[in-house]
Amino acid sequence: MSMAAEERSARAPWALTAPALMLFVGVLVIPLAMTVMLSFHDWGQYKGIEPVFILKNWREIATDPYYAEMFWRTFRIAILTTLLTALLGAPEAYILNRMSGRWKSFFLLVILGPLLISVVARTLGWALLFGGNNGLVNKLLMTLGVIRSPIPFMFTETGMVVALAHVMMPFMVLSVWAALQRLDPQIENAAMSLGAGPVTIIRRIIMPQIMPGVLSGAIIVFSLSASAFATPAIIGGRRLKVAATLAYDEFLNTLNWPLGAAVATLLLVALVLIVVGSNALIERRYAEVFR
Amino acid sequence: MSRNGPLALIFHSVFVIVMVAPILVVCLVAFTPEGFLSLPTNGFSLRWFRAIAQYPEFIHAFWVSLGLGALSSFVALLFAVPAALAIARYRFRGRDALAALFLSPLMIPHVVLGIAFLRFFTSVGFGSSFAALIVAHVVIVFPFALRLTLAAASGMDLTVEMAAVSLGAGGWTLFRRVTLPLILPGVISGWALAFIQSFDDLTMTVFLAAPGTETLPVRMFLYIQDNIDPLVTSVSACVIAVTMTALILLDRFYGLDRVLAGKGDAGR
Repeated sequence: MSMAAEERSARAPWALTAPALMLFVGVLVIPLAMTVMLSFHDWGQYKGIEPVFILKNWREIATDPYYAEMFWRTFRIAILTTLLTALLGAPEAYILNRMSGRWKSFFLLVILGPLLISVVARTLGWALLFGGNNGLVNKLLMTLGVIRSPIPFMFTETGMVVALAHVMMPFMVLSVWAALQRLDPQIENAAMSLGAGPVTIIRRIIMPQIMPGVLSGAIIVFSLSASAFATPAIIGGRRLKVAATLAYDEFLNTLNWPLGAAVATLLLVALVLIVVGSNALIERRYAEVFR
Repeated sequence: MSRNGPLALIFHSVFVIVMVAPILVVCLVAFTPEGFLSLPTNGFSLRWFRAIAQYPEFIHAFWVSLGLGALSSFVALLFAVPAALAIARYRFRGRDALAALFLSPLMIPHVVLGIAFLRFFTSVGFGSSFAALIVAHVVIVFPFALRLTLAAASGMDLTVEMAAVSLGAGGWTLFRRVTLPLILPGVISGWALAFIQSFDDLTMTVFLAAPGTETLPVRMFLYIQDNIDPLVTSVSACVIAVTMTALILLDRFYGLDRVLAGKGDAGR
């Protein structure tokens, strides 16, 4: 290879990625930096945004218990949603994986398909199912004798968790299903031939092997639930706020942009720390599985 | 035929019913002949589909969504294809960091992106224009366009390109006649997935949309906030129909599990 050609091949990757890199620096990195800066600006009802450097918004979030309660609610909903998707999604992925070819791909389409259907439409479906005290869900549960009196679903955290779990379920099923693809079915047969019962096989053979899938699914579901907007806004109504809907309100109703920017920045930082931290933990714990 | 026991099959049935129920109920209520929300118990009617015609804002929003999705996915590919070729073929310093940056919109909450774009575009004087919406959507769909193009580019047989070079092809001809046709399935699937992401996005878009540039999800969301009536269910049923069509096409041509595997890492 000549000198000129060598130089060209060293420059080529940068020439090819330069447009995308400029796009990302220009309209992603700079706007995010501006948002962080905005959270340190002052705001008043009449004077609007004042570009000064103060800690007013951060102090307000740290001291006003309203924000602590709101963030706690956000993470509580995200944790419950994650648990629900793991408890139901993991067994479903296992059952799915044991089906024969055609049924497997059909049900995979049915379960993963909703992922691509508008969240607004899916949440609207839950609003219709919950609808008041004589909603379909309550009627069904009462007919089956599961509950005696109707559970309030609309404008409650219970409703938000149920609807969010439905929205996030495909991510969990997909993640566990991916882990199951790496599993050697012969191991199950080997365990059976050595006299292990079905419960033992699931507990000692299957569970440890799909755990990385469940955990990485849990990280995805948790971070998406904690920052979810449409479902909490529609099911929770205007009163029951989570981080995303509160930031939306500050920006488009109250117009206190600096405070909204502070809430958004805190959400972003908290999520990045949680996701990066738990990823590192999982990778260390299951290093041998990921290799 | 299945190796699952009866308990497993009962669990599976209930699971599938719960997954489908909310989508099904929206589509059913859309056909109600009544003036209020109800399941169509006495006959089906298209009255609420016809009613959409009387709400030009929904129809306008649909065209905005369609144009925005098509255009932003196309522009995203213009940036993503060269970047994917570079990342797939060269080992250079900063390659991993670049890939991480390009996939980062998957990890940043859309509410944060919406705020950042709103702040940025108002301060440079673009406010909530259609151009601002396109740029913002290019960024959020970029990871999907990149992922599928990257998968195609990594799996490509480089000897075909070498053969073309030995026959005298170079530069643009090489790309247009050899490279692009070879990665085209990945590029088209990347476009389709990016389109669906753009078409469905609410959380980021709701910050940028103004009357006139409202997308369909934004229009639906604002409508639902005020009241839920059969009209919004018939609009949703149309949206579901559009997505299902795209979904089935995507599954036929590329395999849905492969497409979604790229989406499964969204939180990473």
